[in-house]
Amino acid sequence: MLDDDLTRRDFIKTSGTMLIGTLAASSGALSVLAPTTTWALELTKLDADSGKVILQVTRHILPHKTLDDAVYALVVKDLDKAAASDAATAALLQGGVASLNKKAKGDWLALSKEKQFDLVKQMSDTEFFEKIRSTAIVSLYNNEMAWAHFGYEGPSWPKGGYLNRGFQDLDWLPNPPADASPPPA
Amino acid sequence: MTKYALKDDGVVVVIGSGAGGGTLANELCQKGVQVVLLEAGKHTPRESFVNDEWPAFGQLSWLDKRTASGGWRVAKDFPGLPAWICKTVGGSTVHWAGASLRLQPHEFRVRSEYGNIDGANLLDWPLTLKDLEPYYAKAEDKMGVTRTNGIPGLPGCTNFKVMHAGATKLGYKQCHTGRMAINSRPRDGRAGCLQLGFCFQGCKSGAKWSTLYTEIPKAEATGKLDLRPESQVLKIQHDKAGKVSGVLYSDAAGKQHVQKARAVCVAGNSIETPRLLLNSASSMYPDGLANSSGQVGRNYMRHMTGSVYGVFEKPVRMWRGTTMAGIIADESINDPKRGFVGGYEMETLSLGLPFMAAFLDPGAWGEGFTSAMDNYQYMAGMWLVGEDMPQESNRITLHPDEKDQYGLPIPDVAFTDHPNDIAMREHAFKQGSAVYTAAGAKTNYRVPPYPSTHNLGSCRMSARAQDGVCNGFGQSHDVPNLFISDGSQFTTGGAENPTLTIVTLAIRQADYVSQQMNARAI
Repeated sequence: MLDDDLTRRDFIKTSGTMLIGTLAASSGALSVLAPTTTWALELTKLDADSGKVILQVTRHILPHKTLDDAVYALVVKDLDKAAASDAATAALLQGGVASLNKKAKGDWLALSKEKQFDLVKQMSDTEFFEKIRSTAIVSLYNNEMAWAHFGYEGPSWPKGGYLNRGFQDLDWLPNPPADASPPPA
Repeated sequence: MTKYALKDDGVVVVIGSGAGGGTLANELCQKGVQVVLLEAGKHTPRESFVNDEWPAFGQLSWLDKRTASGGWRVAKDFPGLPAWICKTVGGSTVHWAGASLRLQPHEFRVRSEYGNIDGANLLDWPLTLKDLEPYYAKAEDKMGVTRTNGIPGLPGCTNFKVMHAGATKLGYKQCHTGRMAINSRPRDGRAGCLQLGFCFQGCKSGAKWSTLYTEIPKAEATGKLDLRPESQVLKIQHDKAGKVSGVLYSDAAGKQHVQKARAVCVAGNSIETPRLLLNSASSMYPDGLANSSGQVGRNYMRHMTGSVYGVFEKPVRMWRGTTMAGIIADESINDPKRGFVGGYEMETLSLGLPFMAAFLDPGAWGEGFTSAMDNYQYMAGMWLVGEDMPQESNRITLHPDEKDQYGLPIPDVAFTDHPNDIAMREHAFKQGSAVYTAAGAKTNYRVPPYPSTHNLGSCRMSARAQDGVCNGFGQSHDVPNLFISDGSQFTTGGAENPTLTIVTLAIRQADYVSQQMNARAI
């Protein structure tokens, strides 16, 4: 019999273009939504090291301290997809990563978070930065894991809306009078 | 389904199936007029709407190439998306929030009321509120507007509770759940509101009025309507006498046809309507159709807008319930002592997490931005919407270089705030923040205007032919059988959400068009 986790680990070990991580124990909501507590992201165009750099750059651009890497990895996934379908985008991203490493005189990821941030900030008017920012502003907040993290409840139609599920559920302010807010039918 | 021949020159062609075109088509059909309704978008049934902001945006929005220019921030942040409107059967009535307010008497005669304002191309409407009152009443009944016709108001959601608490503390007197074309009870074959919270993504329950599932099926039931979705009109044609004779359009397969017409009514929203007239230039009309005044495309208005999001100690969960759940109307008066003419409405608004990220502070990054997003579920939100000044230089033009998929010049939307707009926005931001502070907010965020949803005025009504494009019935001054049938007609914008007035004008125009046909004037 195959152990699912073992298989997954083997797979991860043998793949050169995977981003891997473990969902933080604190984000209970995420471990429910994510398929397993270990997540892996397969890249098609970018190499794994570039993926790691881009993930970390994204964390500097849109820093949510307790938001799991698994959500940031969705941004990397979308950028990888864009790179796979457009050579110019691939070159832009790879060039940006190379440029960060050059500025770091080797390995940008090995720098302290403060030094990493300084170099990202220096690049804030570049196309590389803007490509990551504009992708992240959509991808980072457009998934169920992020919705759970920020408390957003997503689609309501499958649950019948909020008419009988707390649309007036706010008890720390007085209720408006009936002429301003008539009772539900 | 009724089908008319392309050569049938007895039909009235209506271009666009939203609030103006969809309503006009139905009203004409009810009178026995034969109508061909050409809609650029697809037929997107209600069942296919999605409670998910980005996919719904992709499903419903007008995403054909456009450019934005001028001094407004949208030109920088969303250079390819000057307006957030729809390309689908039902037009932007699929996406609208449902607020249905009548214009105020003074808003029809602002040149007389406000006087001459530098840089503003103000003009009185060629009609009064009194002219429109019977038609407003018909529109409210048709749309099932709450707080009219004995229809109870909607119950207020959490976002409204916050607004009401702050408004009361501040001493505002006119705060309630609004006049909404959203059923608070089942009515006219449509369900009551389920408080889904996805009004902008298409109302899946049908509680919100949209021509998609009201006017259009009613028109089809008469046997007089020939609805052709995915039909993009490229050019309006005219005869030697200068009257319009038909339209050239492309079908879904890209095949071009000419539909002959007895009259043509244009309701493509205030960007596509002037664009089509400009793209219809001919040797007889070298500056574009109906453009002897040079006003086609000019005086484009988009309402003074902005939003305030207040952050509270405890969760608000503003997304739970109707997107526009209530209103404060106290600031909609004209009181120049505030430092500007005209007024504005304050209306609750909520954005889902994905759109909050996109619109809170476009282009922003870093901790300032993310700490705001971290507070998402503690936010209450309101939209500020007021009268903006018509300016000749705010206009729709044909792009000098860029072409669309049909090889026609795309529209450029140039807009710059008038100083009056800026002063009004500043006042509205202050008052909006004061409302939330009074309700206990610890922080308020001022959010800049979204891409335009209220597009108005680019083919305006005027008493004199040299001041505008059409008369008080939307009939073009230059070409008697060519009508403007959408918000492009607005001489000025008023403070109110425009849909109710667009529908009202369409009902009135239908009376006029059929009278003109009966009298053989057109």
